[in-house]
Amino acid sequence: MNWSAIAAIYRFEMARFFRTLAQSFLSPVLSTSLYFVVFGTAIGSRIQEIEGVSYGAFIVPGLILLSVVMLSISNASFGIYFPKFLGTIYELLSAPVNFIEIVIGYVGAAATKALFVGLVILATATFFVDIRIEHPFAMAAFLILSCLSFSLLGFIVGIWAGNFEQMSLVPQLVVTPLIFLGGTFYSISMLPPLWQTITLFNPVVYLISGFRWSFYGIADVPIFWSLLAILAFTGICLAIIGWIFKTGWRIRS
Amino acid sequence: MSTILSIRDLRKSYADGFEALKGVSLDIEEGEILALLGPNGAGKTTLISTVCGITTPTSGSVTVGGYDIQADYRAARKMIGLVPQEIALEPFEKVWNTVRFSRGLFGHGSDNARIEEILRKLSLWDKRRNAIKELSGGMKRRVLIAKALAHEPRVLFLDEPTAGVDVELRKDMWEIVAELKQAGVTIILTTHYIEEAEAIADRVGVIDKGELLLVQDKNTLMAQMGKKQIEVMLTEPVATIPDSLSEHNLALNGARDALIYTYDTNAERTGITTLLNDVAQAGLVLRDVQTRQSSLEEIFVNLVSGEPA
Repeated sequence: MNWSAIAAIYRFEMARFFRTLAQSFLSPVLSTSLYFVVFGTAIGSRIQEIEGVSYGAFIVPGLILLSVVMLSISNASFGIYFPKFLGTIYELLSAPVNFIEIVIGYVGAAATKALFVGLVILATATFFVDIRIEHPFAMAAFLILSCLSFSLLGFIVGIWAGNFEQMSLVPQLVVTPLIFLGGTFYSISMLPPLWQTITLFNPVVYLISGFRWSFYGIADVPIFWSLLAILAFTGICLAIIGWIFKTGWRIRS
Repeated sequence: MSTILSIRDLRKSYADGFEALKGVSLDIEEGEILALLGPNGAGKTTLISTVCGITTPTSGSVTVGGYDIQADYRAARKMIGLVPQEIALEPFEKVWNTVRFSRGLFGHGSDNARIEEILRKLSLWDKRRNAIKELSGGMKRRVLIAKALAHEPRVLFLDEPTAGVDVELRKDMWEIVAELKQAGVTIILTTHYIEEAEAIADRVGVIDKGELLLVQDKNTLMAQMGKKQIEVMLTEPVATIPDSLSEHNLALNGARDALIYTYDTNAERTGITTLLNDVAQAGLVLRDVQTRQSSLEEIFVNLVSGEPA
């Protein structure tokens, strides 16, 4: 294992993050505050409580995941797409590194950045609502797994993308709708029966449900299914990345 | 000298059937400078990319320092440094950081003294805290070299190091290459500037349409394939070449005041003495005499076009 290469990639990617620290820090704080003002105050005053949890507190896990998922994808896809775009990928391809080391470096850095922002949002939320975390270990596990798995997805998007437009295609056209329709701002028990069934085909439902369970002990689907879903998703992403490096798809001629 | 890089029957074809390399075999000795000459699209960059691991070969084998580039890719790649043709650098990163990144990527621990030495050698030390985007084109090229040298490679590939570079920087680059050779680094450079190969290479390889046409010691190549001309300048122009000189196979220049005699430097007798005697016998008065050897460029053009030099 070329640990020094992993460290070099990780450090290089984190440097990008620290160069724009204010932006990395301020933008999630601002957007979370806006969500609380709009959803928490305007809508929350009409909904009040869901299964014993105030609406403001109820949406916190979903809000964290919303940002974490989007940032994981954009960080990781940008991280690997940028070298392709600039041509600096020649160095990675000619270095004594294997694909596992490259993935650990890029995905590790992308996940770290997303995790940091997730924690910033959690801290910001405590200024607006009372938050309790009933299962802190489960909460940490879901958060870290979400950062990792969606960073893996982002890595795949970055390898696949041929231009900047395609980079934003997956997050905007696929992930955003799945997250908004996945119970970020509501419990799926509030939907009509038909939509409750349809919603169960949305993988994000399992993620948000499990994450919310680690906070308040309430879930839309059994916690076991949530865990299985996130592990399966991580496994699928890993398998695709393994195939990409084996075949050199879109990176090696 | 021992062989450090050995290429055997290397082939690369693409899905559309295009054959970029058609069975290239080449041995490179440790410490030498080999210049690969060839027109655009000849396969120079494909050859380098394949050896460096950027392109996967269709068939054939390459070993670097005895390590196979596919089976022992880690050991092989650690010995190789690559300076690509295009300037590819992260614009917002600082010079120091990008060189340190390259060193780490190739499995070396951080060594500030070593990075400082490289940056000083390439006149980049004063720019170490600058972001890449603040540097001139020539400086960026130096950063690429610094990155390639960061892991102390024994073989350095320079893919058209002076393409689009001004004359002064080109001379600088040649000096850098000479210093690296002094330090024992084996250098393979591609170029389509013949004067570059002529100025710095020990051996010259000519590649065209994916085939290596020849590899030879530069001086031997020029001596073997080069023709030499002697120009006998006269004080007075002549209307025609005197009959008494007809057996020398001479030509007249445009101004008709010089006789041009082409001869083979390898021949046992060049015939120069006889010629000069005969010229004097014919009553012509010499103003000056000069000789001219055909350049590598002429040899190259003739090779690629399939005509004898």
